Amino acid sequence: MTDSKARTGGISRRTALKVGAGGLAAGSMLSMPALVHAQAEAIRIGHLTPMTGFLGSLGEWAVKGIQLAAEEINAAGGVMGRQLVVSSEDSINPDTAATKAQRMLERDGNAFLMGEISSASALAISQVAERNKRLFLALGPRSDTLRGKSCNRYMFCTDIPNTVMVNAVGSALLRDGMVEGKKFVTLTADYVFGHDLLRAAKYFFDANGATLVQDDLVATDVTDFSPYLLKIRQAQPDVVCLNLAGNQVTNFVKQYAEYGLPFPTVGFNLNTADAWAAGEGNLTGTWPTPWYHTLDNPDSRAFVERFQAKYGEVPENHAWIEYIALKIAAQAMEETQSTDSEKLVDYLESGAKFNILKDREAYFRKWDHQLIQEAYPFSVKAAGEAKDRFDIMALGQSVPGKDQDLEVIFPTAEQNPCSL
Amino acid sequence: MQFVFLMEQVVNGLVLGGYYLLIALGLSLIFSVGGIVNLSHGAFYALGAYISLEIARHLGFAGGAILSPVVVGCLGIAFERFILRRFYRADPILSLLVTFGLAMVGEQLIRIIWGAAPIPVSMPQAMKGPVMVGDFLFSRYRLFLLGVVVIALVAIWSLLNRTSFGRVVRAGIQQPDMVAALGIRLQPYMTAVIVLGVGLAALSGALFAPITIVHPAMGAEILTVAFVVVIIGGLGSFWGVILAALLVGVVRGVTIHFYPAAGAASMYVLMFAVLMFRPRGLLGERIEKFE
Repeated sequence: MTDSKARTGGISRRTALKVGAGGLAAGSMLSMPALVHAQAEAIRIGHLTPMTGFLGSLGEWAVKGIQLAAEEINAAGGVMGRQLVVSSEDSINPDTAATKAQRMLERDGNAFLMGEISSASALAISQVAERNKRLFLALGPRSDTLRGKSCNRYMFCTDIPNTVMVNAVGSALLRDGMVEGKKFVTLTADYVFGHDLLRAAKYFFDANGATLVQDDLVATDVTDFSPYLLKIRQAQPDVVCLNLAGNQVTNFVKQYAEYGLPFPTVGFNLNTADAWAAGEGNLTGTWPTPWYHTLDNPDSRAFVERFQAKYGEVPENHAWIEYIALKIAAQAMEETQSTDSEKLVDYLESGAKFNILKDREAYFRKWDHQLIQEAYPFSVKAAGEAKDRFDIMALGQSVPGKDQDLEVIFPTAEQNPCSL
Repeated sequence: MQFVFLMEQVVNGLVLGGYYLLIALGLSLIFSVGGIVNLSHGAFYALGAYISLEIARHLGFAGGAILSPVVVGCLGIAFERFILRRFYRADPILSLLVTFGLAMVGEQLIRIIWGAAPIPVSMPQAMKGPVMVGDFLFSRYRLFLLGVVVIALVAIWSLLNRTSFGRVVRAGIQQPDMVAALGIRLQPYMTAVIVLGVGLAALSGALFAPITIVHPAMGAEILTVAFVVVIIGGLGSFWGVILAALLVGVVRGVTIHFYPAAGAASMYVLMFAVLMFRPRGLLGERIEKFE
């Protein structure tokens, strides 16, 4: 824990120590009882997210987002008059994540758990949450399995699942005639998330008359893609399709530009931080995103302004999702006047609507606990069109269209084996 | 056609080997003179990348790639003078601990100065794109990189084998006491070699920045590969490192050709196989200090 202060919402231990020491030095003990009182009353929330490893750069955004939300909620008087204290820790890997989750619930006095980006770690945490019968809001993971075979009563997923990411990009590809009769090769991150995404991609190819001529699995710590690039060239596909995650995306995009291969790329997964890290002129193709800071609606714009005022940079999609998720949790606690997980689960299952800074409000689907919401395909702006290095995406129309039911892009009850 | 594809992977693997070699060579060099396994080598690599980007803002890519190793080399003087020097004759576990700690300090320092978010880097437009040699596809940038590696290799080999500097260093490695008895102070030579090793790490960082993600943990990522190469080649062996780097590159490429999921694991399997039959590595010598 190198900067526990930065990773903790509300009053950190260091601040408390400083205030305490200051109070003692001044010979006044008046500040102490107030502080102790406030901490005893605070609602504690355990927050796990990867801060190192191939998803580490995304986790940093997650911490910033949830911290901003906590500050805003606390500044407005907290939840039920109590302050929120969010303690963030590096989840590292599934084993460590599970151990930390257990400790956070058992020893640290957290009411419930939030966070995670890795689908594998989220799976581990969800099992701990279920055993302890405590709520776990899985914020960043996108694996369909989490909402499907591995769903449970205490886990709710806020990010867009793989199937929807595929459908969002797929709609743009179908429109551009890039699917039917075309030859695809895929590169897939070799862990639960990637396998899951590949499954969704294959389903999409089969349903729309495309052929998959080669699919290669890529270990998560791979930084050099040159042998894979040669295989792509040897396969001579019509489209290169990427089911990669985290740093893999950035490394691939840079090296694809380096080798100058002529085939168009599409990605079924992207976090904007990975795209920003790629460097000018390297990213091409069509990609999906759950949210982007240029989204044109008043609430989203206001959030971007507040985030910029605090951090001096525009928020990435993980900052956004952590921000809206804490607001969702706060709304649930306020409405139920409780931090009890059973009551919160019942509330979230009730179809309550949440403002998630998009045009349409979102809600959790009762039978598989995923947040039903819009998604966006985007293409990369041509050189010279971007205002700055963050302004690289030309957002397409939201999916589903304004007149369609939000659930049409989500897996149906037949496709999704979740039973709660 | 299948055979041509396979050969393409082999040739690409050799080029890739050059890429691993640059980072592994510095590590091996520092080990061979000081007997120190420098776990902070990755941190110097990362610093090299970040500093080259800062310099490149003003002086362009070439300026960054040339000056960054010089700047990091200067840090290397302090590294040798104030830290490493105390550990040349100490228990190897102590130098492992101190360089491991330094690696973490380096990574956090980068986080504090440049932030946790990856820094976007593009290569000069002129170096982008492929070059076709017969049926084989190469990246223009990597061919340039290979050229730099060859020049660095020849320079270092000549320095160690063809100059009086090199004679003293080699004598110092084998018989430090005898060198001292001859009235030669070994210290400046040690410093120079450490600076060279660290500078090579920085040069690799500066040159790899356009093709891999530049983030604070990049040093830890590359260090594993560098170690595998050095261990396969034999700690401290100049030719061993070269042989191992090429071998790792080729084995990885061929594995990915046939069974992509095992690509990352292949070099560890190779290391395992080599150590089974030659515990000291391919061309390594027996090292008393570690036995």
